[in-house]
Amino acid sequence: MSDVTVRGGQEVHGVGRIEGPIMIVEGGTGVSYDEVVEIKDARGKLRRGRVLEVGEGFAVVQVFAGSTGLSIDGTSVRFLGTTLHIPVAEEMLGRIFDGLGTPIDGGPEPLTDRYADVNGQPINPTARIYPRDYIQTGISTIDGVNTLLRGQKLPLFSGAGMPHDQLAAQIVRQATLGKEAGAPATEGEEFAIVFAAMGVKNDVADYFRRSFTESGALTRVAMFLNLADDPPVERIVTPRAALTLAEYLAYERDMHVLVVLTDMTNYGEALRQISNVRGEVPSRKGYPGYLYSDLASMYERTGRIRTSKGSITQIPILTMPNDDITHPMPDLTGYITEGQIVLGRELNFAGIYPPVTVLPSLSRLMKDGIGKGRTRDDHPRWGAQLYAAYARTQDVRALASVIGEEELSEVDQKYLKFGRAFEREFVNQSFTENRSIERTLEIGWKLLSILPKKELTRVNLDEIEKYYQGDDATN
Amino acid sequence: MSEEVGKITWISGPVVRARGSRHVGMLELVEVGEDHLVGEVIGLKGDQMTIQVYEETAGMQTGAPIYGTGLPLSVELGPGLIQSIYDGVQRPLPLIEEAMGSFINRGARFDPISREKKWKYTPKVKVGDEVTGGAILGVAMETDTFEHRVMLNPDDSGTITWVAEAGEYTVNDPIAKLKMGKEEKTVTMLQRWPVRRARPFVNRRGANIPLITGQRILDTFFPVAKGGAAGIPGPFGSGKTVTQHSIAKWADAEVIVYIGCGERGNEMTEVLQEFPHLIDPRSGRPLMERTVLIANTSNMPVAAREASIYTGITIAEYYRDMGYHVALMADSTSRWAEALREVSGRLEEMPAEEGYPAYLAGRLAEFYERAGYVNNLNGSQGSVSIVGAVSPPGGDFSEPVTQHTKRFIRCFWALDKSLASARHFPAINWLDSYSEYVGDVADWWQEKVGKDWLGMRNRAMELLSEESRLSQIVKLVGPDALPFTERMVLETTRLIREGILQQNATEAVDAYSSIEKQIGLLELVLYFHDRGMAIVKRGAPISLIHDLPVVDAIIRAKSTVPNEELSKLDDIRKQVDEQMGQLDAEYRS
Repeated sequence: MSDVTVRGGQEVHGVGRIEGPIMIVEGGTGVSYDEVVEIKDARGKLRRGRVLEVGEGFAVVQVFAGSTGLSIDGTSVRFLGTTLHIPVAEEMLGRIFDGLGTPIDGGPEPLTDRYADVNGQPINPTARIYPRDYIQTGISTIDGVNTLLRGQKLPLFSGAGMPHDQLAAQIVRQATLGKEAGAPATEGEEFAIVFAAMGVKNDVADYFRRSFTESGALTRVAMFLNLADDPPVERIVTPRAALTLAEYLAYERDMHVLVVLTDMTNYGEALRQISNVRGEVPSRKGYPGYLYSDLASMYERTGRIRTSKGSITQIPILTMPNDDITHPMPDLTGYITEGQIVLGRELNFAGIYPPVTVLPSLSRLMKDGIGKGRTRDDHPRWGAQLYAAYARTQDVRALASVIGEEELSEVDQKYLKFGRAFEREFVNQSFTENRSIERTLEIGWKLLSILPKKELTRVNLDEIEKYYQGDDATN
Repeated sequence: MSEEVGKITWISGPVVRARGSRHVGMLELVEVGEDHLVGEVIGLKGDQMTIQVYEETAGMQTGAPIYGTGLPLSVELGPGLIQSIYDGVQRPLPLIEEAMGSFINRGARFDPISREKKWKYTPKVKVGDEVTGGAILGVAMETDTFEHRVMLNPDDSGTITWVAEAGEYTVNDPIAKLKMGKEEKTVTMLQRWPVRRARPFVNRRGANIPLITGQRILDTFFPVAKGGAAGIPGPFGSGKTVTQHSIAKWADAEVIVYIGCGERGNEMTEVLQEFPHLIDPRSGRPLMERTVLIANTSNMPVAAREASIYTGITIAEYYRDMGYHVALMADSTSRWAEALREVSGRLEEMPAEEGYPAYLAGRLAEFYERAGYVNNLNGSQGSVSIVGAVSPPGGDFSEPVTQHTKRFIRCFWALDKSLASARHFPAINWLDSYSEYVGDVADWWQEKVGKDWLGMRNRAMELLSEESRLSQIVKLVGPDALPFTERMVLETTRLIREGILQQNATEAVDAYSSIEKQIGLLELVLYFHDRGMAIVKRGAPISLIHDLPVVDAIIRAKSTVPNEELSKLDDIRKQVDEQMGQLDAEYRS
């Protein structure tokens, strides 16, 4: 994070062209790429913008608040000579800001002399610590089979009308640093939550605010809100502003920071809108060719570094347009993040909460945070076995829908039984239920015991001996 | 060394335009702005040049100077590459961390290869020797066991007039002098090579030795030859990176170049933290002692991502020239293609498919053609094998990068989302994958293990494709409608899938399978099939075979039989004999 250097300050009166949120300013010299500008309209009101492109004697400026009311002659633009910075301070916890980091809760500007560039800088891979500490969320489908680690980025892929907000709130409320089964949790580590809303409805932001209040965490939360009726262009900055504060808290104040970004799909739309106005060559579905790099510049701001005790864990939420996981936003997100939790409509209709569709869900880092000395020795194989069995259940269901359940072999019928029990007892839990990892493992073994021992090829024989509770007497 | 050649007139992301000298060369390395950021000239028009910048351009102004270097973008080659980790333009990341902290700041300049470190050097030439390009002048010990063969630059040749005595030298110390025509040239262990120019060799040899990776589905079913090129396409979460890591760990190459191109930072950290502790089963040394890492993660500047592939392949070719087998992993080539697209878009070039530039196929071909098993200029033989990951959007293999890649590789490992969802790893789909090297490497297998690998492999493939046909029927009418002989096929293919194709990269015994173990498992499963089929044909119900305890033993053999104790496979074969023998006797009458 570099410190501010203030130079520039030149002012240009009148602009050349205005198109949507983009303005072409002519006549400036020595304008720098990506610098911030202050725009004064004919009535003297100020708004901010950012330079997207500079050429000889012209600059392309993106106006955060939109260009409504700006005129060609009545507008003056002052180049501030620095890239966009926001103040960062521990006191920002418990406060609410707009999408650009300006307080909107009626309180004063944060008192600090630390300003940080919202673009951040890439973490040197040699400076990272590979994540290994698992976070117990109390949710079986996450702790058991898609374990979240400190310093991981694990998005929720959801759809309109599904309870992703509840799930995210539940994770935030219940997350504790998991210890080996039975060991006491550590005390005294400071945590913080940074919440960024992009283009979501006011109700959603309000829901999170209430949820933080109820769990008593509100004083540890900084909220950056760009709601549905706020200027879309600001959305480009909102997650970056939030992550800039998160980086400060994690890497300079040694806090464990959980960042919730919702809804990244709206962010993508804002980016596409600007790209379109600029006439860039689109790639898939009109999104710009640099969407991957752009998303990565935010998601990669997660992790742990060797010089600090803190960490940043990211939970971005995406609503998949038309529930399509191959849509560019979830698709490119999945390529960058370390796994994904996918919510499914069928389970949601069946009244199962959280409706986590286990098969397409994944935590890439899980293997490094579980098992002996971390959760329990059998955990990795137990997880693979649950996955394999549930995948087989899907095949059996397909078969049953053709030939009827009665025609299935005895083993296949057991798989059907397993599948039903898995969804009702393992996936399903209440919004307030906080399951320990032992409890999750126990439920899993109970369900696996529905199947004959012979089917359990992913776990080893000792584990079957120790945990299998069925009445299968073969071998 | 660098003079001002122009001034910036336009900036958009990683692309800048400048006006000035007409003497700047195409693909010349330039320094941009007062911070001397690294850039490369990618277009010239009159006095206007277009430059791609390998570092973040935020804050740069029009009117800022451009400095020419007169050199193309090059890498430094010499002892010290191994165990290094570089960014896409060969800047050493550990030194950047030391100087700038945990975050990568721009404008950092460090020598890729240490100028201070001394290497134990032994000359291999004497005064009066006539040497030509590529000749081995001496060896430096790059690790305790790795011999770095110091070669003459491929473009030089002449008579040796002076040779340094055996001793410890830095890469800047002279190790020989050479009379080239009228002038005398001092040679050091360090040379520079332009990354976009393939290093020369005499000719290509046939690629008929497999690159053994210890991964059963690869070695046994879809082998890649040393000097060959393979592609791994797959949607996210299907295990591209895990497969790449497994190959980097276990492949029987002497040098591994691993390029993390536009991928996750944590993955590179994982390699960095894991490899020094893993032991190479062949050399007994830490895996890091044969590895060069190039890390240009997704949030690092996009133009450097484009360069990272070339930086990596040039280093790989350099070790090939010494006579080593080198395996190069590129994860992921799609991110590299996207970098091309991004720069192309900023240049407002006419796009071809999905916004990619029309020269995408040409660039991919250039890259994959740098793989090969060759006779080197110095008479040795070496190879570069390329394993490129492809990340098709939405897992759709019809997209341009996958399609063009397929044209230039001969080995295709198709990853499958549904296998990954069922936690069948490696999630390589055996029906969609292919290897054109199968016939080429058959003799090698015959010679090494003395068994008919090709015959067994093809039988197993036949059974698997039969399974796919049968499972269509099962989906419609259920398994009970099939005759027992066909259900026997399904029993066997289950053993192939779970006992051979599935392999657990995190389990000690299973992570690496020797070729003897691979062929042993395959033989065992086929033996089970033959015995079972004979019994079923005599009318025994399939359930009796299904319920044999040995079935479980065969599936678990991959993790219960270590590579060093293959006699345990014979024990399982005896169990097959005993249990099948009983059934056989019952149904013979």
